[in-house]
Amino acid sequence: MKLVVVSAGLSVPSSTRLLADRLAQAVQRQTAVDVEVVELRDLAVEIAHNFTNGFAGGKLAAALEAVTDADGLIVVTPVFSASYSGLFKSFFDVLDQEALAGKPVLIAATGGSARHSLVLEHALRPLFSYLRAVVVPTAVYAASEDWGAQGLPGRIERAAGELASLMTGLSAPASPSGPAGTAKADETAKADQADETAKADQAGFTVVPFAEQLAALAGR
Amino acid sequence: MQFGIFTVGDVTPDPTTGRTPTEAERIKAMVAIALKAEEVGLDVFATGEHHNPPFVPSSPTTMLGYIAAQTQKLILSTSTTLITTNDPVKIAEDFAMLQHLADGRVDLMMGRGNTGPVYPWFGQDIREGINLAIENYALLRRLWREDVVDWEGKFRTALQGFTSTPRPLDDVPPFVWHGSIRSPEIAEQAAYYGDGFFHNNIFWPADHTKRMVELYRARYAHYGHGTPEQAIVGLGGQVFMRKNSQDAVREFRPYFDNAPVYGHGPSLEDFTDQTPLTVGTPGQVIEKTLKFREYAGDYQRQLFLLDHAGLPLKTVLEQLDLLGEEVVPVLRKEFAVGRPADVPDAPTHPSLLAQKEAKEVVA
Repeated sequence: MKLVVVSAGLSVPSSTRLLADRLAQAVQRQTAVDVEVVELRDLAVEIAHNFTNGFAGGKLAAALEAVTDADGLIVVTPVFSASYSGLFKSFFDVLDQEALAGKPVLIAATGGSARHSLVLEHALRPLFSYLRAVVVPTAVYAASEDWGAQGLPGRIERAAGELASLMTGLSAPASPSGPAGTAKADETAKADQADETAKADQAGFTVVPFAEQLAALAGR
Repeated sequence: MQFGIFTVGDVTPDPTTGRTPTEAERIKAMVAIALKAEEVGLDVFATGEHHNPPFVPSSPTTMLGYIAAQTQKLILSTSTTLITTNDPVKIAEDFAMLQHLADGRVDLMMGRGNTGPVYPWFGQDIREGINLAIENYALLRRLWREDVVDWEGKFRTALQGFTSTPRPLDDVPPFVWHGSIRSPEIAEQAAYYGDGFFHNNIFWPADHTKRMVELYRARYAHYGHGTPEQAIVGLGGQVFMRKNSQDAVREFRPYFDNAPVYGHGPSLEDFTDQTPLTVGTPGQVIEKTLKFREYAGDYQRQLFLLDHAGLPLKTVLEQLDLLGEEVVPVLRKEFAVGRPADVPDAPTHPSLLAQKEAKEVVA
């Protein structure tokens, strides 16, 4: 399984990236995943150009593809002005709206004080709910003081465990040879595949045959 | 293979002088550009259609009719005709009328339009964009092909016993292209009918254009109109030329930096690198344009965008001289090299008429 970590930290080194790495390592301890990190700092200019051009440059396109193909995501943003950072939001603005549908996502944030911790609940969770991601119940917030206090490792472990379970559970039917691949799951997967090929899949696009499009219109 | 130009019809201040042309100046400039296109030996002039400032061409057939009266060979086309918000009945009538006036030198390109408010201004809903394109075009085809039409659909008043007048010239409807940048549904529509597919090609990387054209070609063959290689493909391109490459870059940069759509965004260098834009010598334009074939296959129509972003008319006419004298003759020659004999030219009125007559003889 592939785990992609999106980090919106700006300084180098950044505590946002530190939290991101801790979370990724915790997931790796729970289940076998390949980890790829997307540093939004390196993509800032291409993200801005995507807004003005309408298309993604090379590095950004690769990052968007990695996120789209991931089995699970960890997304971490610093808190800016009572919300996620503009760069963090911009990345998800240029991502295809369907890309995260049904995908397990662990949300996390960093900030100077614990007073902003509910940003996870009032800003990040609604954003990813809108994108129809499956957001893990435990969100992880790390204030500066948390790096010198007790409690953060426990929250990281709990959130990582939830993400690992969701990734394993949600990706099982799609890989019938996997550990959860019962005979029934196999059949479902085959039926899904048949449906997929019924729609003409061409040049990376899924095409609804034109006669169906016309008929759908006439039937309304 | 056909070569031509397409215009957006924007009224943009010249960033080097700060002067904005009047609407009258811009409209007359578009006409002058079209006449020049014929003079320098190009095949096609296409105008956009817009219903909001800073664009002027809201009434394409009026402009194309005026140009038709002053030209002999030029094919008059659109880039695009809004199949979503125009009444298909009026499109059928306007373009049939233009066909008669222009002795058949007419085709048109269907597009949905990307200006949100135009839909409600014309009583439509942008969320129905694809469905409007599908239903309206299905009606348009019948209006040109059947003398009396009974019709009922979702988006327009029903028609009982309606005859669109005038009938298409020689009972041959104008050839239709479908333009789309990113909607596979439109490539599918063009393929279904065996119509042409035009990719604007100028704002996006080549890889994207390649995928859309491949999709159209595969589906064209699927619907039995011919092999994928025989599908009718058109591409856009965008160029600015001077004899010396550095002069071209220096002169074009302020226009690029302030252009509508992509101005104040990427650098000229990045954009030339990532998209089909060429700023340089006629030789560089030839080199880059010939590469389009590598990802789109042998194709039928190449249109260039020359007159936008506030470029003065004089400069645009100079561009047309370079295009007609130095670029297109070489492109014609080079594109013909290695082109399989069974790859057709873009349909024209004479070719469609001959096809119809041949069918009638057989019948």
